[in-house]
Amino acid sequence: MSADPTQFDEPILRIRRRIEELSAIEPEPARDAEIAELETKLTKVAHEIYSNLTPWQKTLVARHPQRPYTLDFIALLFEDWTEIHGDRKFGDDAAIVAGFARFRGHPCCVVGHQKGRNTKEKIFRNFGQPRPEGFRKALRVMKLAEKFKLPIFSFIDTQGAYPGLGAEERGQAEAIAVNLREMAGLTVPLIIVVIGEGGSGGALALGVGDRVLMLQHAVYSVISPEGCAAILWKNSSAAPDAAQAMKITAEDLKKLGVIDEIVAEPDGGAHADPAAAADTLGPYLERALKELQKLKPAQLVDERYKKFRKMGVFEK
Amino acid sequence: MPEGLWVKCDDCKEIVYRKEVEANFNTCPKCGFHFRLTAKERFELLFDDNKYKEFASDIRSSDPLGFRDTKKYADRLKVYQQRVGGGDAVLCAEGKLDGMPVVICAMEYAFMGGSMGSVVGEKITIAAERALEKKEPLIIVSTSGGARMQEGILSLMQMAKISAALARLAAAGMPYISVLCDPTTGGVTASYAMLGDLNIAEPKALIGFAGPRVIEQTIRQTLPEGFQTSEFLVEHGMVDLITPRAEMKSTIARFLRIFRGQ
Repeated sequence: MSADPTQFDEPILRIRRRIEELSAIEPEPARDAEIAELETKLTKVAHEIYSNLTPWQKTLVARHPQRPYTLDFIALLFEDWTEIHGDRKFGDDAAIVAGFARFRGHPCCVVGHQKGRNTKEKIFRNFGQPRPEGFRKALRVMKLAEKFKLPIFSFIDTQGAYPGLGAEERGQAEAIAVNLREMAGLTVPLIIVVIGEGGSGGALALGVGDRVLMLQHAVYSVISPEGCAAILWKNSSAAPDAAQAMKITAEDLKKLGVIDEIVAEPDGGAHADPAAAADTLGPYLERALKELQKLKPAQLVDERYKKFRKMGVFEK
Repeated sequence: MPEGLWVKCDDCKEIVYRKEVEANFNTCPKCGFHFRLTAKERFELLFDDNKYKEFASDIRSSDPLGFRDTKKYADRLKVYQQRVGGGDAVLCAEGKLDGMPVVICAMEYAFMGGSMGSVVGEKITIAAERALEKKEPLIIVSTSGGARMQEGILSLMQMAKISAALARLAAAGMPYISVLCDPTTGGVTASYAMLGDLNIAEPKALIGFAGPRVIEQTIRQTLPEGFQTSEFLVEHGMVDLITPRAEMKSTIARFLRIFRGQ
């Protein structure tokens, strides 16, 4: 299978191109009829393709360059967003954004991984791969949220923590570990949404919460399919097999008790219609917030402990 | 360590007398290299008179994903259970360290590279909860390649589960000492191994998050000499001290007394 996500998207794109061509010409009844027909077909084809994605195809969809990123969801779902920067220790990491906003009027905190779309942005965002500063910034801002008793929304979308020399020197492992421990004890509601790629410890470092939601075509795994294939199959081109074997889709994770709810994406994936994806997600966030705001701080922490305490499957 | 009268040191490559290695806490008499220990050897090193009571030993992996790469995970498990033992990649025990009751978890590198799946996560969490309940210090001796891929996302979640249990221990003012041995990498480093009130490393251990090969491929340059060793981590402020194996028990005991205000 090609690494080009457009391959299985091609029938959809072909119909879209035709609709665009037709839309450019002079309106006349025959043209209008053909467009209407194509639009019906587009819905059907997109639905068919996206109802039957393999785990590897989902990985490619989760990485799609037009997929809505954290800042897109913030723009579509939050008001008064103001980003703040830096870990107050070493620097600022643009692979993670953090700040304060309002969600449907409620003051709140938002953190999330951030990828870039064009080459310049991708480099600026370090391809969404955080360094320790990013995790420490996120924790600093989450602690501020706790201080002011504000709920936290966390958006997960990274292929993993950055495996670089400086990142190791400055304690990549320690930064992730501290986030896991501290997030477990935060006394405010923590709502997590896996919007794209949930890659390993770098994802989990923003992923300990009271509700974990996952978009329909997002993936979440202990290691990237390529990484797993390289180690266990000794061949990174076995990534589709690794994706299958590791059970990385929202449906799999729901069955394994790792996520709470799957948020449907529009036909053709969230990248086909980011606004529609956000429209679907909004009510989920609202309901989760409403439910969690009823709980006392100690109850929140206790329930969160029980939630993660249950995870794992073994024989006794 | 291989069987035989003589062994070759992995580090200085000298051929050394096995008995002399054993008399030196399984370290090389020539260069001080620390050979890997089994979990039981760790217990022997740390518990008084090698007396301890193992717990949570009846938990087994159930291959929750039906995982198969070039081999079935279920088959791999059987091989390791026969060769290494039924304890998976960690053993947990209670006993006394220099007279003080403690809970110790010792990882077993020989069991699938000490990888952490549901069983390791559950056993360590039980150990942390027991330490909390009995108000005993917790010591985790790590040696692990990281999370176990064959249990997928469930392995990743063990990082959160154990860290949450450690958060409770910390909130109760109970000491947790992390001992890092060769090698400690990946998800184990990025959770409990780095969360000790004290992170104590054995000399010259490989300790890191990403593996050296992955980093080299990412940055496309050779790594500096000594990168990701215990010594490198001390220099960069990530572990508190390096303690040779021969002094590990007495060092831990000294801190535990001081932490108790004695």
